[in-house]
Amino acid sequence: MGEIKEGTWVEIKNILLRPEDRSNRLPDDTKKVSYEMRARGYLLEDTNVNDQADIKTLSGRIITGELVEENPGYNHGYGPPVMELLDIGEEEKKILENK
Amino acid sequence: MNSDQMYEQVMQRKNKIMEDSLQIDYETFKQGAIAFDYEKMMSDLSYSIDEVMNIQNETQVGQTPLWELKHLTKLIRKISPKGKGATIVMKDEAANPSGSFKDRRAALAVYEAKRKGFKGVIAATSGNYGAAVASQAAKQGLKCIILQETFDSKGLGQPEIVEKARKCEALGAEVIQLSVGPELFYTALTMLEETGYFNASLYSPYAIAGVESLGYELARQVQEQYGKEPAAVCVTHAGGGNVTGTARGLKKFGNKHSKIVGVSVDLKGLHMASDEDFNRKSFTTGHTGFSMPFTTNPDRSDVPRNAARPLRYLDRFVTVTQGEVFYATELLAKLEGLERGPAGNTSLAAALVLAQQLDEDEIVVVQESEYTGAGKHPTAQLNFAKNQGVTVTKGDPHDNKPGSAIVIPEHIQQMDVQEVDIERIRKSYLRNILNKVDARNLETVDKEFLSLEVNRDLDYIESYLETEITFHHS
Repeated sequence: MGEIKEGTWVEIKNILLRPEDRSNRLPDDTKKVSYEMRARGYLLEDTNVNDQADIKTLSGRIITGELVEENPGYNHGYGPPVMELLDIGEEEKKILENK
Repeated sequence: MNSDQMYEQVMQRKNKIMEDSLQIDYETFKQGAIAFDYEKMMSDLSYSIDEVMNIQNETQVGQTPLWELKHLTKLIRKISPKGKGATIVMKDEAANPSGSFKDRRAALAVYEAKRKGFKGVIAATSGNYGAAVASQAAKQGLKCIILQETFDSKGLGQPEIVEKARKCEALGAEVIQLSVGPELFYTALTMLEETGYFNASLYSPYAIAGVESLGYELARQVQEQYGKEPAAVCVTHAGGGNVTGTARGLKKFGNKHSKIVGVSVDLKGLHMASDEDFNRKSFTTGHTGFSMPFTTNPDRSDVPRNAARPLRYLDRFVTVTQGEVFYATELLAKLEGLERGPAGNTSLAAALVLAQQLDEDEIVVVQESEYTGAGKHPTAQLNFAKNQGVTVTKGDPHDNKPGSAIVIPEHIQQMDVQEVDIERIRKSYLRNILNKVDARNLETVDKEFLSLEVNRDLDYIESYLETEITFHHS
């Protein structure tokens, strides 16, 4: 994995609580996995992906975590048209027009 | 990890962290064994309706339009019995700076933070409130950190929540994204302690007072435009702040007859803290996973005394299905030319049914709308649902099954609401109280408090307690 340059906008991740350290009031499927966080900010020095990195966040805090990627994107969108929604309104317009 | 950062250790410091980060001494309002003076808390700590509106006006919040949904009203009259089919109006809260009514709550919380000299604010929220706090922090010049429950253990983010993260960052806030679990609260506590920032809780007196202007404005708008009180105000119901603030605002304007109808998306059967269920929900707010626990046990929130007390105000509580809300959202776009976010349309879905039960000369209010966009849209949510193995079909909405089947109505006549038995909710609330205290130790002030809490007279409380005491102690 390549080195990412200081000043790059990056994402880091951390395990905050291991399963044994988590709340006791959890369903089994949640209790068996770690409690994790992800955050983004500017990389403070050249660091390799998967290594520990310090970043400066948008609020100005300096935090440490495992370097995940550079220029993390917003990949949420709409996706393809949903056929179950497309024709909604046609019948209702006919009712309005008394057809 | 330092031992003082471990889960149990941090939770033990909860009260101190809360007190420091809110600077509210909740003890002063305590009464009897379990009671507290709610109205005193709201008047001592919060702002008058005029002050609320002035503060919101300074940051371009509120004074949103009230639109008559003319085609939907006409459609409902076509399918209603003769003389039925109330006029449906919508308070277009999407017109607020960050796109939802949550700006009203955030405006007050951030104002209070600044007044008390805090340098920044923290809010733990996956919903529109995060964007609202980020927007207000930008407007009022404070730093902002938003914590959100975003992804499951596979790292897969809920699209509606990922969109909120984008919006918060666009507004200059730091966003901490977390995996599934109630430890969101633990993380918020550690960060409040580390930063010394203000806790912009959704449930502080400020955050609730901020919603009062919404009820007040809509009461005034309906009065001005129609010369009467609305017969019903449909409020999307989750944590209870929307119901509480809106009802209080309506009362402050002087409305006496409007019925407050809480509306939640039915997510029965899905566990809110379950890693596997997390991405099988197609709504991340306005659903029963919040409204049921928060109505029956409001003080489970992140503050010692929750200022949102929905059971005091609910006249009626109904649920609708995910499919019905998506259908209503599409109809709003296709017939009214208003493309709005699905979660805010939860109350619209119910209004389409309630209008059929009300007379033609009556008014039913859809009390909010919210912005829409990538991730936070019926198309995005349904594509995501399909990818998670949830079936999406058209048909009878009664076949809807949360987490496995979304059924979108084929015809407007299939729209329905399910009544939640408020009497059962009251009993459940009282049971939760009696889990904490022996009924025999309750003083008069406690009984009066309970009577206000469940919106029933003192005789109701006395007779409930008598039954309890006989059952458990004879």
